[in-house]
Amino acid sequence: MNWEVVIGLEVHCQINTKTKAFCGCSTAFGSEPNTQTCPVCLGMPGQLPVLNTLAVDKTILTGLAIGAQINLESKFDRKNYFYPDLPKGYQITQFTVPLVEHGYIDITTKDRGDRRIGITRIHMEEDAGKSMHEGLDAVSHIDLNRSGIPLMEIVSEPDMRSSDEAIAYLKNLHQVIRFLGVSGADMEKGQFRCDANVSVRHPGDEFGTRTEMKNMNSFRFIKQAIDYEVMRQIEVIEDGGEVVQESRLWDSVKNESRSMRSKEEANDYRYFPEPDLPPLRVSQLEVDNIKAGMPELPHQLRARFETEFGLSAYDADVLTQTRELSDWYEALVAAHPADPKRCANWMANELLGRLKELNKNIEDSPVSPNQFGELMDRMGDNTISGKIAKDVLDAMLESGKSADAIIDEKGLKQVSDTGAIDAMILEIMAANQGQVDAYRGGKDKLFGFFVGQVMKASKGKANPGMVNQRLKELLKG
Amino acid sequence: MDIDVQKVAMLARIRLNDDEATELAPQLNEILGYVDQLAAVNTDGITPTAHPHDAAMPLRANVVTNGNRRDALQAVAPKTESGLYVVPKVIE
Repeated sequence: MNWEVVIGLEVHCQINTKTKAFCGCSTAFGSEPNTQTCPVCLGMPGQLPVLNTLAVDKTILTGLAIGAQINLESKFDRKNYFYPDLPKGYQITQFTVPLVEHGYIDITTKDRGDRRIGITRIHMEEDAGKSMHEGLDAVSHIDLNRSGIPLMEIVSEPDMRSSDEAIAYLKNLHQVIRFLGVSGADMEKGQFRCDANVSVRHPGDEFGTRTEMKNMNSFRFIKQAIDYEVMRQIEVIEDGGEVVQESRLWDSVKNESRSMRSKEEANDYRYFPEPDLPPLRVSQLEVDNIKAGMPELPHQLRARFETEFGLSAYDADVLTQTRELSDWYEALVAAHPADPKRCANWMANELLGRLKELNKNIEDSPVSPNQFGELMDRMGDNTISGKIAKDVLDAMLESGKSADAIIDEKGLKQVSDTGAIDAMILEIMAANQGQVDAYRGGKDKLFGFFVGQVMKASKGKANPGMVNQRLKELLKG
Repeated sequence: MDIDVQKVAMLARIRLNDDEATELAPQLNEILGYVDQLAAVNTDGITPTAHPHDAAMPLRANVVTNGNRRDALQAVAPKTESGLYVVPKVIE
């Protein structure tokens, strides 16, 4: 039977402000528990929240980057539920009128090609504290440092039709958020967490009953969880059962999900307007100013790298994966503008590969853009061949020395002197008379053998173009 | 309108025995009926009021103003351990 998968995603993204959403407590990660709290974020009676202006600006910037509408007046509401990591007994969120509505993210997947995924809304809210259960018997431990950290909740339309599309959407969204600098979006630190709403139906039917997979923070787990849930729902229906609308928790150790239903399942949040906060008003001028300061987005950078520098789509894609990568490449080309394509090629294929082996990101590269550019220039002016350049790059990464210093020190300068090259060729011909005769007798394939021998004799330093040319000449006899 | 007293009590984390629930039900229903009179007002064409004051929200600068006051703040907690609040076990 033919099934269609329907996926909608909710992303909770920590906004990287210095202070919490509604108080002057620090948001620094990894501090001693409960050292960054105050009466406001502890929910003490009589305390009043005051919203952080930067959290507002960053949410607006995100909205503009996804082509969304910014609501010049938005509202805050209380979402009521009991949990020990929520000291007030409610979360301040935006329920009726969010700050941002009607945006989109464009994605491409192998199976379904280019698609536009709608974003229903982005609203501001506050994070809860952290509960710890592991290794504890009858109790749980609560750290409220995270309580009140500002979040954007980014809610998509149910527009995705496969787990691959869901991951493509998340990766593109994650990339945009990183480029904007509105969040660290570090998934391991819980700064970018995902809830997935999944249902199945026969194509053309109404939406099926959905389940919600809660709080996943790795692309791999999200894909596994969605795939598992799709199979589970199809089995339930094909066995004559009905999917129950519920929240489920993904267990990444057992590779299965389980129902979070309990006797307290009654998900009745009793939203009502937050009486402590009047409406949030922003002016069109403020929005325009934020728009004017918007950095280039990944897709714009990719297009510019292709047209301005003539890069292949592949290289442009690799070099725009992170802001750090594209900044590094631009610094490289600015300092060494001779051959942007060579720079891109070598950066994408040689430098990044080696950094990966060293377990380093581009921002921790021991070789600076300027030093790397010097190496590119030495190839450009035929001081060294590409083959030697790879050895020089290895030495640069190991020693931190400049390309010129290494070329000098190791005597790697390319031999382009006809006399010297001729001498090497004649020596090799004399030592391999049999092959010379065979070549002259019509065995053209032996040419490669001679090239190899000469390059070997020169320890790779002979200019390959000249070796080819002189060999042809001298082998003619 | 008939109120489900036990459901409301559960949402508010208030434990009621059956006698209390039976006693409270008519009282709560009376309150709801009283408030329900508001539904008779014609609100066509009236913008919902988000807040009683016609004020825009003041905002705070992104500047840390609070230091570590853990000891003082945890003095009122029933139980703490190594700086963490201790609560009855919560199962996810």
